[in-house]
Amino acid sequence: MEHAFSREGVPIERVEPYPDEATQTRLRRELARTWYVPRGVIGWFSVVDHRTIGKRYIVTAFAFFIFAGVLAALMRLQLAFPENHLLNPDQYNQIFTMHGTVMMFLFAVPVMEALGIYLVPLMVGTRNVAFPRLNTYSYFVYLFGGIMVVVALLLNSGPDAGWFAYVPLSGPDYSPGKRSDFWAQLITFTEVAALAVAVEIVATVFKMRAPGMSLNRIPLFVWAMLITAFMVIFAMPAVVTGSTFLLLDRLVGTHFYNPAEGGDTLLWQHLFWFFGHPEVYIIFVPALGIVSSIVATFTQRPIFGYTAMVLALVATGFIGFGLWVHHMFATGLPQLGLTYFTAASMIISIPSGIQIFCWIASIWRGRPRLQTPMLFVLGFVAIFVLGGLSGVTLAAVPFDLQVHDTYYVVAHFHYVLLGGAVFPLIGGIYFWFPKMTGRMMSERLGVVNFWLLFIGFNVTFFPMHILGFQGMPRRIYTYPAEMGWGTLNLVSTAGALLLLAGGALFVFNAVRSYVTGTAAADDPWHGETLEWSTNSPPPVYNFLHIPVVEGRSAMWNRSDPAPVVTGIRTDCREVLITDVMDAAPVHAYELPNPSIWPFLCAVVTSAFFVGSVFTPWALPIAIVPLAITLTGWFWPKRPTRDLPTREAASPKLREAEG
Amino acid sequence: MIVVVNAGCEGNQSMFNPQGPAARSIAGFGWLLIGISIAVYVAVLVALGWALVRRRRPDDDQPATTSRLTLAIASAVAVTAATLVTLTISSEAVGRSLTSPTGPGAITADVIGHQWWWEFQYRDVSPQDFVTSPNELHIPVGTNVVLKAQSRDVIHSFWVPNLQGKRDLIPGQVTSVWIQADKPGVYRGQCAEFCGHQHAKMAFVVVAEPMDAFLVWIRNQRQPAVEPATGEQRRGRELFMQSTCVTCHTIRGTDAASRVGPELTHVGSRMTVGAGTLPNTREHLEQWVSNPQQVKPGIRMPASPLSRDDLELVITYLRSLR
Repeated sequence: MEHAFSREGVPIERVEPYPDEATQTRLRRELARTWYVPRGVIGWFSVVDHRTIGKRYIVTAFAFFIFAGVLAALMRLQLAFPENHLLNPDQYNQIFTMHGTVMMFLFAVPVMEALGIYLVPLMVGTRNVAFPRLNTYSYFVYLFGGIMVVVALLLNSGPDAGWFAYVPLSGPDYSPGKRSDFWAQLITFTEVAALAVAVEIVATVFKMRAPGMSLNRIPLFVWAMLITAFMVIFAMPAVVTGSTFLLLDRLVGTHFYNPAEGGDTLLWQHLFWFFGHPEVYIIFVPALGIVSSIVATFTQRPIFGYTAMVLALVATGFIGFGLWVHHMFATGLPQLGLTYFTAASMIISIPSGIQIFCWIASIWRGRPRLQTPMLFVLGFVAIFVLGGLSGVTLAAVPFDLQVHDTYYVVAHFHYVLLGGAVFPLIGGIYFWFPKMTGRMMSERLGVVNFWLLFIGFNVTFFPMHILGFQGMPRRIYTYPAEMGWGTLNLVSTAGALLLLAGGALFVFNAVRSYVTGTAAADDPWHGETLEWSTNSPPPVYNFLHIPVVEGRSAMWNRSDPAPVVTGIRTDCREVLITDVMDAAPVHAYELPNPSIWPFLCAVVTSAFFVGSVFTPWALPIAIVPLAITLTGWFWPKRPTRDLPTREAASPKLREAEG
Repeated sequence: MIVVVNAGCEGNQSMFNPQGPAARSIAGFGWLLIGISIAVYVAVLVALGWALVRRRRPDDDQPATTSRLTLAIASAVAVTAATLVTLTISSEAVGRSLTSPTGPGAITADVIGHQWWWEFQYRDVSPQDFVTSPNELHIPVGTNVVLKAQSRDVIHSFWVPNLQGKRDLIPGQVTSVWIQADKPGVYRGQCAEFCGHQHAKMAFVVVAEPMDAFLVWIRNQRQPAVEPATGEQRRGRELFMQSTCVTCHTIRGTDAASRVGPELTHVGSRMTVGAGTLPNTREHLEQWVSNPQQVKPGIRMPASPLSRDDLELVITYLRSLR
């Protein structure tokens, strides 16, 4: 057991040269033993390791992505011809509701948070997320929620009031049965999971950054995840409130949304969109972080205008909360009030514009390597800018009153969500796959994959702009032939099949590369940030030594040999806690060991959520087992250990930074 | 791209085929927005393309280049901001002109949304002159028509793209919107807010006609149902009154007086059956009454239990209600 801490009582120092081979080997062995990933069936459910949970989250989210993509293909087949009878209206309504719900709540938000769970600790140079057991709990709650709603659909009880579930349509009078209750509880499931991840990310970024990574050196991806996490924390409570009101209206006869009893139908829309619009940015902002990571690496230059980029992300986070009424322009709110939301919706394109301009400047100055991840970034710009511009047109009230709830809007948000988030995401998977799995994805298939998706996407969604102009409303299961929408719908369906093929190729490439891909080096792209300094895939303890960050581009500003932190205990799961501004060491903190309790707690929580679809008694019944599992989970064990005061530690560190 | 966008202007429910002042000013504003969007899009892609293909120079990392780049970005942001301010102001200006009607005298009508049909009511003369017209809104040409919109069940949205943008029908509220048609014609409208099973087939028509024709129409609509003129029609009426039809429908001048479904007093004069779903021909009406669930699955109206011959007689009677 090495307690380097005992060395002069000062835990932080520069080690130069690096510890010799024998010491390193011993350290590796000790760390691997301490940060073990439990095995066996119980072990599988007890894992608290952020890489394992992150990968499970990513794989699960992609499974939901494929599921919702197949639903989309069914919708496209139904709409390929006028008066088509492939699906009946009941099936179609369940399918389009589930497509939106699964994509938004079970794919887009979770997959972005999953990338954060996996990458943030690696990028800030620590060994795990701040609350590892909460992380495990979050994953299982998310998984069970997703399973619940898919099972409901397969039992012909799928939600059918749209992913936005407007009352009174989703209320007790117009949606009898349990369909809308499953929807409302799915929201509760996913929001609990998302909030858990959000607080982990905020705490990890604020308190666990490697020494030297002051605020102005945080990688842009980590900034993006931090802002996303804050947006989740402020946006999600609105929709949880809204969906709980809905459930209460349906389950115990409250009248929050019933105008006949003094309730208000528009209240739902305000609560939903107060969440629903930031939601778009919760999906999109992490993608901006991915794009910045890829652009920096593939131009081999730091992103142009770091400060402007960070401020643009922060501005997006704030302004994103001032747009929600632009989903409600047709409800008859006063004109002057609407103009405020027009202005806000227009203003938000400025931070997005700044980021686009900065990326173009980075590309202009760098020497772009056009490998698959970079292709996806270029595709992202080509698609997202068009989606952003159609978004600006939607902010203008008069124009919106014509195209609102038509296929123009469908085109718009697929341009911003698929183009703005999924293209960077897939680029990001190509980019980080070697880090996560230790194998490269096939570049040849990657290029084909990109072009399939890019062409398929545009063929599918560009015609929808025109269909919107021609007056085709959203959410209709069929249309009369004499409307003249048939040809463009057929084209769109053909494009959707290309997209589906592109998606299948991506999955094929990922699976094949995982099994037989060429082994990846630790830093195959010559990356900018700390995750590339460790092995591919990273060891269970992430870094042999906690790194000391010497510049904004942690990898490119590194001296050789690089300074590291020593004195962190290796016999328990100790991590270094640093301060928010300068990331100066404050104290050491012991993270918890693997435990089955978070899983058990997730099981009880899920049983409670599913039970409350059927009876309000689920709450009192669930309280006792919940208390038991939480007690097991939080059974005290961890003493923290104060480091010598910050003043004592910091000079050493500064010295280390040179 | 312009050619493709242009293709969107045709079609009977196109916003770029405006037939009234409101839709026309939106369409004009729409072209402005589309034009600016295309210009900005091309500019960004050209900049990106140039950044990709340009030859790197040794002074690229010099401070002078950096400050030139910063200046370029700042200028681009300034242009963006100026464009957005202009758009916001013009959006407000166009928006104001849409909220209240201008021009000569207005008539008013009520729009009531039901799952999944429309009811248009004219009530401005006297209670006796009350007219309700399901799924067919008649308006005089060149006159403002102010519509008070409400819903009996869930949220719907009133939308006639050739004439005006959308207005939601919200339970517990009354919203309003005005329309005006320049010339006589039939304009199709459709529900634009998802309202359940048959949202897709909740359409209606707006019939714009000269004022005198409109007055003739409304005078006719005020009349109770015509008396059967033939034995077949009389037999058809008897069958109608004995069947379950009367539990939902009204035919003024008879005992049928339920307001659950659309009024049928002048059903023979209407252009469509099933809320804009089928043209009102004998075959379609027969198809509709015998099994509406086949045409519009999930609606409230059940299949008719009448025998083939009886159905023929009922249809004959309904067709006579002009």
